[in-house]
Amino acid sequence: MHISYLGAAAALVLGAIAVQAQDKPSDPQIAHIAYTAGTLDIEAAQQALKKSKNKEVRGFAENMVKDHTAVNDQALALVKKLGVTPQDNATSKGLTKGAADRLSELGKLSGSNFDKAYVENEVAYHQTVNDALSKTLIPSANNAELKSFLETGLKIFQGHQQHAEHLAATFK
Amino acid sequence: MRALLPGSTLLALLQGWLAASPLAGEVVKVPISDLVFSPAEVTVHVGDTVEWDNADFVDHTATATNGDWDVAIAGGKSGSVQLSRAGTLSYYCRFHPNMTGTIKVLDADQPR
Repeated sequence: MHISYLGAAAALVLGAIAVQAQDKPSDPQIAHIAYTAGTLDIEAAQQALKKSKNKEVRGFAENMVKDHTAVNDQALALVKKLGVTPQDNATSKGLTKGAADRLSELGKLSGSNFDKAYVENEVAYHQTVNDALSKTLIPSANNAELKSFLETGLKIFQGHQQHAEHLAATFK
Repeated sequence: MRALLPGSTLLALLQGWLAASPLAGEVVKVPISDLVFSPAEVTVHVGDTVEWDNADFVDHTATATNGDWDVAIAGGKSGSVQLSRAGTLSYYCRFHPNMTGTIKVLDADQPR
């Protein structure tokens, strides 16, 4: 059941990003999207840390909190340095709406059903964000430092995606 | 009265002890930057130490795929392992498995 939901959530987010892609996002919008994507994944991880007893899943969630907090701290320092004020936009709103729906859906699950759904969500979520970074956000970024920071972020999140994929395989 | 060991035997023992001693090895550095172990492949000898210097702001690990060691390398910090057995070891970062590397460990007397 949560699989079809996942597909719908991913479609929603991808739709929002596709709309954004036609209208090239500005640096303040890109900064907002990247920061929002990180915050949402931290919230998902915090839910997992409340609900999961699985050692591997908890380890993954702890790493999501740690890495995304580190990335967002760096992002804040960078936008401050560049004098960029992050600007809310349709993509950020789409991501936030999708994440809220996902938190509520996952909140109804428990035990290994939750673990499996959380990890599968993490695969889909990182895939969506990584696609957005590589196809839209990085090519659209004007500032060289912002672009380079997003490229580092992409490598970190690709690592998360692989980690999540390995974990998801253990639930098959 | 106890017979003294011949000089050559003593020398051989001393050499053997030196080769096995943790003090005998070199430290081979593998910097980490932008989620890459560089160089991705290093060749060392038994008794040498590989030291990873993490220039990234996120934490990494160097984890042997055969389970021999799991080195924590915090962001901006270093971590190391001394290689005690000859062989080719592949390793990865547990947090970011897209980061991989290889260490070829030669016997102490084998040329690199």
